[in-house]
Formats: sequence, C-alpha cells, structure tokens
Amino acid sequence: MELLRFATAGSVDDGKSTLIGRLLFDSKAIFEDQLEAVERASLQRGEETNLALLVDGLRAEREQGITIDVAYRYFATPARSFVIADTPGHVQYTRNMVTGASTADLALILIDARNGIVEQSRRHAFLASLLQVPHLVVCVNKMDLVDYDQGVFDAIVAEFRTFAMRLEVSDLSFVPVSALVGDNVVHRSAAMPWYEGSSLLHHLESVHIASDRNLIDVRFPVQYVIRPRDDSHHDYRGYAGQMAGGVLKPGDDVVVLPSGWPTKVKAIETFDGPVGEAFAPMSVTVRLDDDLDVSRGDLICRPHNRPHAGQDIEAMVCWLHPAPLRVGGRYTIQHTSRSARAVVKDLAYRLDVNTLHRDEAAHELTLNEIGRLSLRTTVPLFYDEYRRNRATGSFILVDEATNATVAGGMMLDPSQVTG
Amino acid sequence: MTATYQLSHLGALESEAMYIFREVAATFERPVLLFSGGKDSVVMLHLARKAFWPAKLPFPVMHVDTGHNFPEVMEFRDETVSELDVRLVVASVQASIDAGRVVDEPGVSRNRLQTTTLLDAIGEHRFDAAFGGARRDEEKARAKERVFSFRDEFGQWDPKNQRPELWNLYNGRHRPGEHIRVFPLSNWTELDIWRYIDAESIELPPLYYAHHRRVVRRDNMLMSLCEWIQPAEGEEVLEAMVRYRTVGDATCTAAVESAATTAAEVIVEVAATRITERGATRADDRFSEAAMEDRKKEGYF
Repeated sequence: MELLRFATAGSVDDGKSTLIGRLLFDSKAIFEDQLEAVERASLQRGEETNLALLVDGLRAEREQGITIDVAYRYFATPARSFVIADTPGHVQYTRNMVTGASTADLALILIDARNGIVEQSRRHAFLASLLQVPHLVVCVNKMDLVDYDQGVFDAIVAEFRTFAMRLEVSDLSFVPVSALVGDNVVHRSAAMPWYEGSSLLHHLESVHIASDRNLIDVRFPVQYVIRPRDDSHHDYRGYAGQMAGGVLKPGDDVVVLPSGWPTKVKAIETFDGPVGEAFAPMSVTVRLDDDLDVSRGDLICRPHNRPHAGQDIEAMVCWLHPAPLRVGGRYTIQHTSRSARAVVKDLAYRLDVNTLHRDEAAHELTLNEIGRLSLRTTVPLFYDEYRRNRATGSFILVDEATNATVAGGMMLDPSQVTG
Repeated sequence: MTATYQLSHLGALESEAMYIFREVAATFERPVLLFSGGKDSVVMLHLARKAFWPAKLPFPVMHVDTGHNFPEVMEFRDETVSELDVRLVVASVQASIDAGRVVDEPGVSRNRLQTTTLLDAIGEHRFDAAFGGARRDEEKARAKERVFSFRDEFGQWDPKNQRPELWNLYNGRHRPGEHIRVFPLSNWTELDIWRYIDAESIELPPLYYAHHRRVVRRDNMLMSLCEWIQPAEGEEVLEAMVRYRTVGDATCTAAVESAATTAAEVIVEVAATRITERGATRADDRFSEAAMEDRKKEGYF
C-alpha cells in the first residue's frame, strides 16, 4: 500500500471543510465520538449535522470562525493511505499553501460552480505549480446548486485549462462534485450521467505517483556519521542519510562532494540487513571502499552526474515572515543537510500571484510575497534545479537574530538568464 | 523492493521518522527521548534504534513517572532500557509534589502535574530537544503541531505563532533555555502503529493484549482496580476480558473489552472500531472540548 500526500486549498465558502469531512466520513475515517461531538455542535447552532465541523481546529479558530494554520488529517482505504495538508484559504494563504504544497504529491483546488474561477483559484493553481506539485485536481463543487448542468462544468474546465497553459502543470484533472450531498466524492453520482471520469476518491486512489520521483540523478546528502566505537564494530564508519534522488547500488562508482574524491559504494546497510539498491525517500547507511574524510553536509553522487556546485544561488522565494526581506540582509540558509550563511545580493522582481506580473522596481518582499532572488553563500551548496529535484532544489532561510523561519526557496538553473 | 522503486506506506513513514532522529542527533547537543513504556514510545524507541544501528542510541531516555503506574509497564520499561544499554532518567511527579512544586489532589489524576515535572527535568538536565510519541491523528490540537515544535523558556507552545515547516527542512534553532519538542510519529495513525508493531514483531507490555482483569465501569469506561482505583458505593466489580488501547497514568487510563491476544488481532479490532482511542480510554481528554489544547500550551507532552 502506498502513501499519497495531498494539499487542499480553498476557503470555507468553497465547501472545502465539507468536502474533507465527506471524504473522511464516507471512507469511514470518522469515529462515533467525533461524529457525536459534531452533532452536538450542529444542534447548538440549529443546523443539520454539519460535516465541516469535523475539521474544526483550535478554540481560537472556533471562536473567530477562521482557520489559522495548516492542519494535517489522515485516512486510508484498502488501496492507499492518505495524508491531507488542509490549508486555510483566507488568512496567510500563501504561507500556509506553500507549506502544505511543499510535501504534497497532489493539490486539490476547489471551485464553487456558481462563482466559477475566482482570483483565489488562480492563486492556488499558481502556487501548486510553483511548488511543482506533480498532480493537480480541480473539484468543481456545489454542482447540486447549478442543477448538475454540464455546460457550467465544461465552461469552468475550458477557462481553467486556458489559464493553466501559463503554468507548469503536468497532470490536470477535473471532477464535478457536491460535497454536501456526496456526489462524485466517494461514489460516482447518478445525477451527472454526462460525467465519464472517476469519483474524487477513486482518482486519489489510482493517480500514478510512482514516476514522480527523480530516479535518474543519484543524490545522497550525508546526514549523520555512524561510528559505534565498540569492540565488535571497531573500524565501522557509516554515512547515514535519506536518498534524495536516483538509484544507488553497492559497487557503484561515486564521488564525495566537496572533496571530489572518487570511491566505490562498499555496502548499503540498514538495521534489517544490507540492501541491493536504495532510492528516494529511503533512509539508509552507506559505506564506502576508501577511508575518506566525510561529514554531515557532504553529498555523494555519481562521477558523471553531479549537481550544480556554487555560492551564487538564483531562486524563487516565498517570504513567510512579518519582517520584510531586504536586499543586503543576511540569513542562515538550510539546504539538504548543509547550513551556511547567505546574503541577499539582489531582488530581480516581485511576482504578483494573481496576475503573474513581475514588478522589477520592488526592493523588498513582505509576508506572503514571492520574488526572485540572488543569494551569495559562505560555502558552496550542491544543488539541483527545483524543477528537477524537489529535495536538492529547496532551502529555507532563517533569521539569525530571532531564529524564525523567514522564507522557503526554490532553486533555479544558474545558467538561466530569465525565469 | 520492487521494480517500481516505491516504498510501502509504512516504509515511507519509517524512513521519515529515521530521518528526523538523525537530524536531531546531528544538530542538537542534548536530546532526550520521552519513554513511558506506552506503545507509541516503544515504536519510537524501535525507530531510533534503527536510525543509529549498529551504534547505540546517542541520547538517554526519560520517563516522567506519575507514581501511578501499571507494574507490568514498569517491568517492561526496565527490561527494555537494560537490553538496549541506554541511560534512563526518571523524572518523578512524587518528587515534585514532595518538593512543593505541585499540589496533589486526592482522587484527581496526576496527569496534568506531569507538565511541571517534565519542564523541571528538561531544565535540570539542560535537554535541548525532547522526542515525544504524539501523533497528529490523536486529537485536533495535535493536528496542527509541527514535527519540530518550538517551546519558549517557559516550555509553552504558541499555536498561533509556529514556524512554517517546508519540505523536510526542520528549523531547530533556539536560544539557551528554550527547547524543541520533536515528534517523529507525527504522520502515523493508530492503525499504522499497530501494523508496524505486527510487521516488525515489536514487543509491548502485556496489558496491550486481551487478559482477565477486575474492573469497574465508571463514566462508561472500564477502570482497572488497583491501589488508587477502588469501587465506589454502588459500583459493581466485574471480571472482564480487556486490553488497553493507551497506557498512561493508571488513574485515568481505561481498558476496552477485547479478545485480541496478538498484534494481528488488535489490527482487526482497531480497523473495525468506531471510537477514537483517546475518546474511549482517556478520562483526561473528556473534561472539555479544548482539554488537550490547554495542556499543550502549558508545556504538556
């Protein structure tokens, strides 16, 4: 059974909470005591059982009727296990959406059939594409309120496809649903015979995710050096880490960066015994033929397939903190298992997430804004273009004074002139 | 290992947890693993062992001891730490009571008192990271918790001011006196835990499996008779076949009726159950809608 992580985006009005409540309820991930609590709360409000209340969060949120943070929810069917990163639509939308999308295999965007595509739908689609979420599913919700009209659905699909041509979306699907009634959520609906696709849940269960990971470029960032120092493992040196790309096998010729020394993989070990191959996201321990000086932050790759190495980084960043980014600012950069200091050399432009317009006169980024930066780091980083590898192409910036995480970044090809 | 190079969902969760353990060991000076002998902490310890094999754990384990323990769990705890040759720190709630740090109210669970004992011990031992076995599926306040959860110098959690957590890039930076709670099992569900226990043949304290026990039915929960739980007037003592879904303080953890004597049988029961594990067995989470949220803000597990 596989694990699928997906991010949902939308506002309360789109029926997102109702949709998630419906998925959990119909797939029997909701327990009786949770349902009773919802029934009590609905009764108190004088409503019929409101499935949206199933995904209600903290007291402050209930009091203010808003969602303030990403919430993670879990359910499973016989086919797959699911992790939902449920991101709020209104407050701090970009920060939360980016957080949820960063680990997602799939993004689910809700559109109210009555309103069609609104600014927020475009923003969510753009962020999913910026974060390179491999699959995008657009749920056209509240079909019951437009008499299950195929024309309404087709018009939204056509408009969205036109807009999506400006984005990098490799897999785009559309499902007409009514979360409230349950049409096409878990079961195919008889109310929309013109729709020939699968229900949302069936789509989530069957979307092909096996080829989303990079299995070409071997990337093994050394995370931790294992040295038992006891009698039975006197000379043992193992390099522990999580595979970030490619397929690594014992006997493979490799180099260790930054030294560039060539060696061979002696063995790939785990607590359960040696393995014949390792691929992302396996956590393993790699042993090398030669006794080299390897430490955390180094990267093992194949001699003829190396990542970019450099101190001048070009990246798209999303600013996550109330104190704005300024050119000349200094931060700590965390990239794979490597940390360094970085100074912001230039802000090429700020991107308007609604219109995709580039404001080249911008000199700062404030909370929830996205822009293209040039950074200079104190030591070289070994990285890939984010588009090619999400694990070796992403970083965060940390404020050195407050220790706050202030930005998430996606690296660009250094030879790229515009982007 | 298949030709599609796809990990199973348990494989992916295991790998993620091992990655988290190694990040902490590599970037913190004084981590500690909170170990109660409960199933989640047992699974956590098993994953930690895998992360550092063939070396020993590079950090001690700590038990916050309410003094109201199930004897089987204490025995299991001691056997486990001696087998793994790992240092055990015991932080005693009784000692906090004796020192006047907290006030014990007879007849009331000591669950909430643990927070003071835990924070005192973290300060005393200067721990800068504490691994906890909490899962996001347990409770709605937990659903919004980060994997690396920042705690200020008072040990408090501020749900409205959490650090964004992107990709697997965890920010553990903190000032002296502050610390980070780390939750390697964040993305596991109760069923995942049991499937993993079954797949890995992980040993648990025996009370997780069905056994005969003398209990009373209180607030619709089965409470085991012991030194601290005696039948009240009008309460009938039952001899029941039960198991525990969670194991905490003996005064506030209830049993459920069960015939499951193996992990595989427990999985069948858990898959069919219609009540959350905290709702079924934790008196402490039922007293208010926001009970867990309030305790977490104070610095609870």
